Amino acid sequence: MEMKKPVIKSIPYEEFKDNETLEALVKELNKERTNVVVGALDDLINWGRSNSLWSLTFATSCCGIEFMSVGAARYDFARFGFEVTRNSPRQADLIMVAGTITHKMAPVLKRLYDQMAEPKYVVAVGGCAISGGPFKGSYHVVNGVDKFLPVDVYIPGCPPRPEAILYGMMQLQRKVKVEKFFGGKNIQQDPREVRREPITVTNAPVEGCEKCEG
Amino acid sequence: MELEFIDKKELRTKLKELRNSGMDFLRELIGMDWGDEGLGVIYLLENSTTHENVGIAVRTTDRKKPTIPTVCDLWKVAELYEREVYDFYGIRFTGHPDMRRLFLRNDWVGYPLRKDYNPSEAINPIRLTSEPSEDLQRSYEIEEEKEFEAIAKRENFMHVDEYVINIGPQHPATHGVLRFRLALAGEEIRKIDIHCGYIHRGIEKLCESKSYPQLLAFTDRLDYLSAHQNRHAMCMCIEKAIGLDVTPRAQYLRTIMDELQRIDSHLLMLSCAAMDLGALTAFIYGFRDREKILDIFEEVTGGRLIQNYNIIGGVQADITPGWENKVKEYCTYQIDKIKEFEDLFVNCIITRNRMRGVSPLSLEDAISYGATGCTGRAAGWACDVRKRHPYALYGEVEFKEALRTHGDSYDRMLLRIDEIKESVSIIRQLIDNIPAGEFKQKTKPIIKLPEGRFFAAVEGSRGEFGVFIESHGEREPYRVKFRSMGLPLVACMHKILKGCKIADLITTGATLDYVIPDIDR
Repeated sequence: MEMKKPVIKSIPYEEFKDNETLEALVKELNKERTNVVVGALDDLINWGRSNSLWSLTFATSCCGIEFMSVGAARYDFARFGFEVTRNSPRQADLIMVAGTITHKMAPVLKRLYDQMAEPKYVVAVGGCAISGGPFKGSYHVVNGVDKFLPVDVYIPGCPPRPEAILYGMMQLQRKVKVEKFFGGKNIQQDPREVRREPITVTNAPVEGCEKCEG
Repeated sequence: MELEFIDKKELRTKLKELRNSGMDFLRELIGMDWGDEGLGVIYLLENSTTHENVGIAVRTTDRKKPTIPTVCDLWKVAELYEREVYDFYGIRFTGHPDMRRLFLRNDWVGYPLRKDYNPSEAINPIRLTSEPSEDLQRSYEIEEEKEFEAIAKRENFMHVDEYVINIGPQHPATHGVLRFRLALAGEEIRKIDIHCGYIHRGIEKLCESKSYPQLLAFTDRLDYLSAHQNRHAMCMCIEKAIGLDVTPRAQYLRTIMDELQRIDSHLLMLSCAAMDLGALTAFIYGFRDREKILDIFEEVTGGRLIQNYNIIGGVQADITPGWENKVKEYCTYQIDKIKEFEDLFVNCIITRNRMRGVSPLSLEDAISYGATGCTGRAAGWACDVRKRHPYALYGEVEFKEALRTHGDSYDRMLLRIDEIKESVSIIRQLIDNIPAGEFKQKTKPIIKLPEGRFFAAVEGSRGEFGVFIESHGEREPYRVKFRSMGLPLVACMHKILKGCKIADLITTGATLDYVIPDIDR
């Protein structure tokens, strides 16, 4: 049984940009034939998953306010299945990195990502999360979250309009559909990458502090 | 702006004198690196009754172990301000009880705002390891015999028998990426340790390498809910320096936009406060009304949240035909809807029980902490910059400075509603009389500010927002400092929440309404 083109109800397939990437993915997955039963199950599960993507409430700056707008009355992303946001990474399917990521925030974001359960997705919202945006060149800004996280969808803008955020999330829905849930996942985090060290609170002087004291 | 330089040894006596003579509001504490002339600090003081201003500066030539006496016992807000200066310039304030970094990681190497800072990635790479939380307060004291040789003392911040929990940086109720460490006794809060800097983008340093028109883009992104006002302050500061007069039409547009922005921000505050207390429906109401303002913005400026509207010498674009009518329609609509919001949320018994009497801030503390905006006015401090130092058209329009007396969470919320009504009245006075004429003035392609120091302040959505520029006559500023509206609000949390329940932290955070990117800059 072959995997089909990822079609979602909200926007016709042809009107999406970047169909080639997904088609290439479909082709790759179709190289090895799939059992009919497993394939049909996959379809069913992907249909369910792509229509109930729950995101982690994670916003550091301006983009977060636009993300709130998307959740509110006028844009209402619940229409498309992004029903609720979750405050715990354990319950979230995707993380919307909305806003600038700084040096101090980077380990926190990494930890949140590590805490999420597979399958998980990362959406980089806004110029800052994509490349550092207007703050590129600052001593304390990470120039793009893709430096340390695998990003699935980029939503450009400063901040992106709610329509753009919706479009980006629909692209993610399509990406979710192009996935074999039973074996052969597209992305999976290498368990060796996941750090399990605790956060330390110490009353001994930290090395760096002493260094800069001279 | 005039500055009086005084010797380090006389600093405390001089400042104490000023403090006792009525200069009770520390408007700004600015760290400076004057290169060969040494490191220093500028204090901007204001008399909270006469609104008289004084600028004091102090310098130290020792770059290796610079010390300056602390003033955190005179103005409480100085405690965080001095930590900020220590973080950026490495100046140690002798007598300060808690000399830790405020924004950067504990293991950060170097002081980024110094002119000789090395920004190399090799020294400070992106560290993906968790930051070790140092539970140590350092303080420095001056040894008598060796003059101004500081000795360090260390003390534990949280005691062993205290129950410490961590809130943030990723927490929906902190409204961004603020982190608290709380010491609890049961449900009661004993101590709050605030960790900022999770969204510190180093804007002030970036500004030093950008030309003046380029600086404007950063101001919108500080407190994105007062984007217009922030940019207004920056434009005013530059216009003041180069002696540029803004056309009346531009002044009208700026004032109207500022007020619309204020309504927008207050609506967001009200809806988020509702959400934090669990009233998700009220959140939807606030956002529904807010979208109408965003439509008005979008029509003229092209932007929803960040509008990039003010430019040096005027505004970016003229208003579209019929725009005035839309604004007027909106005003009528909003007054009507505020009534609805009051009925459904503000007068609701649950809201009242959760907010009334929670975390009151006294008038004295409000001034000492420099908590301006709705927080200060709820405590009865007439701190509105629009009245104190009128700018744009605020000297001409009639409006009442809304004041309340209790200073608690409920008053802070009610004050926002008063201000929305006041803002609508200001807009109504202006909207029909927008004079014809140019909306912007031509400026030179390369703008150079004359040598000197300039300061301009506006009333932002949540307090006084100030811009300080020191120019050495170049294309780029020598130093830019923004007066954060939120930092004093965060500073007073420890004071007002002591003894409150942990659930009150959420209420208080919502009603103080700080915006973290504005605190961290």
